[in-house]
Amino acid sequence: MNIRSWMNGGRGSGHTHRGMGVSPMIHGQDLPARCAQAGARGTRSGRRVGRQTGPTPAWWIGIALLGAGLLVSGCETLTDVGATVGEATGTIRPEEAESLRRAGQAVGRTFQDITPEQEYYLGRTVSAAILSAYAPYDHAAVNEYVNTVGQALALASDKPVTFGGYRFLILDSDEINAFAAPGGFIFITRGMLRLCRNEDELAAVLAHEIGHVQHAHGLRAIRSSRLVTAFSVLAIEATRTLGSDEVRELTAAFEGSISDITHTLMTSGYSRRAEREADSAAVTIMRRVGYNPRALIRMLEEMDRQLTPGGRDFAATHPPPRNRINDIQGWIRDVAAKGEPYPVRQQRFEAALSGI
Amino acid sequence: MKMIRYGTVVLLLTVWAMAGQAQTRMHVQVREGQVRERPSFLGNVAAVLDYGDRVQVLREQGPWRWIETDDVAGWMHESALTRQRIKLAAGEEDAAGVASEQEIALAGKGFSQEVESEFRNRHTDIDFEWVDRMETFAVETQRLIDFLQSGALSPAEGGGQ
Repeated sequence: MNIRSWMNGGRGSGHTHRGMGVSPMIHGQDLPARCAQAGARGTRSGRRVGRQTGPTPAWWIGIALLGAGLLVSGCETLTDVGATVGEATGTIRPEEAESLRRAGQAVGRTFQDITPEQEYYLGRTVSAAILSAYAPYDHAAVNEYVNTVGQALALASDKPVTFGGYRFLILDSDEINAFAAPGGFIFITRGMLRLCRNEDELAAVLAHEIGHVQHAHGLRAIRSSRLVTAFSVLAIEATRTLGSDEVRELTAAFEGSISDITHTLMTSGYSRRAEREADSAAVTIMRRVGYNPRALIRMLEEMDRQLTPGGRDFAATHPPPRNRINDIQGWIRDVAAKGEPYPVRQQRFEAALSGI
Repeated sequence: MKMIRYGTVVLLLTVWAMAGQAQTRMHVQVREGQVRERPSFLGNVAAVLDYGDRVQVLREQGPWRWIETDDVAGWMHESALTRQRIKLAAGEEDAAGVASEQEIALAGKGFSQEVESEFRNRHTDIDFEWVDRMETFAVETQRLIDFLQSGALSPAEGGGQ
């Protein structure tokens, strides 16, 4: 299957989460999925508090409404819901009641409830999807250099440990681009490496990608309906081994999640806010390690000059560099202008990347 | 009177501080839980704990936790640990008796190796070979120390979230 058609095919009608006619993974999941979106939105605003102090009121209301089958408020698609409930209340079978109960438990669970292990498996498959669209650059010495710079940066991030650890790989492409898959799989193209003039600039790109991992931006791209399905199945799994239908249901939610993340990484891009968070993390990480964060500004300026409008690269998936530069300048007023690159860093940078 | 109040405050603070020292049970939430001799990623690895292993946290220093098990003691980074109980197999133990589902995490369940296998059966054109190779890319601690030192960089460490 063509990777792009598979990615886009799973996406439906773009980013909007309402009225998108979620294709239910199994019959009967449509209703809980829609309500869960309302529930998930409700908890997202007070996420940390909600998680630490137990279920939020919105969560309980969600369960109560679902359990009683009285979906009269909290959902935006009242007509659809009313019809489905009407259908259900006529002939509610035990398995339907079970389905509702499971959905009730899953309501309000967000990307933050994804365990590091699950994040790792999502990241592996997103990486495999990226590597279906881009060839790897199979040169051990260069990849080792990039991994060493990357590890030094990752340890200085606010998420230094992930389930499987941070890994970096060069993509054999002239495109100017870089990606971060969940769990710490980070990719940088040869085109982007050619743009870097020194180690600090390479560090700036990698630190920005680590920022995306730290903030779990990939996981945030997953539609809440997929998570409701996944957590519903997980509720069953706590008490018994899954049947083949349930594994299929879970795999469908997994496929959908991969599609959501990959589409965001490669086609639609993160929000401006997410890019700002990643830039901010990059500046912090670079300061901690001792790289000059002004290198991030120089990279953005260079990208602004080199990117082709409408191309399949950084320009397609990132806000205009100019806006980001203004933000970054505000954060690093105290940092001295970039001087000569440190000799040892420059030597090893040139030795590793001379043939790129 | 003032002295009594002062004494009460000191007493309360002491109790509070002691409570803070109390043991906390946590679980390893990463594949290789590295236990280090000192609270630093550049410290020697004294032992490696498995995913799901239970540890007692006795004290903390920044993002580092001094942990002990029956046969291992040392420092672990907080992001490698969770308060959630990690259950290694479905249906085992007293899952039904757990007060809240959010208190437990099922290892190897949900989006897991099993689901990845199912996904790979469905999408045989998606190749995981390089993902597996990528996972073998590792940087030895000593190499990292030399790299940082020679580049006039500092072995900075971030906190947990």
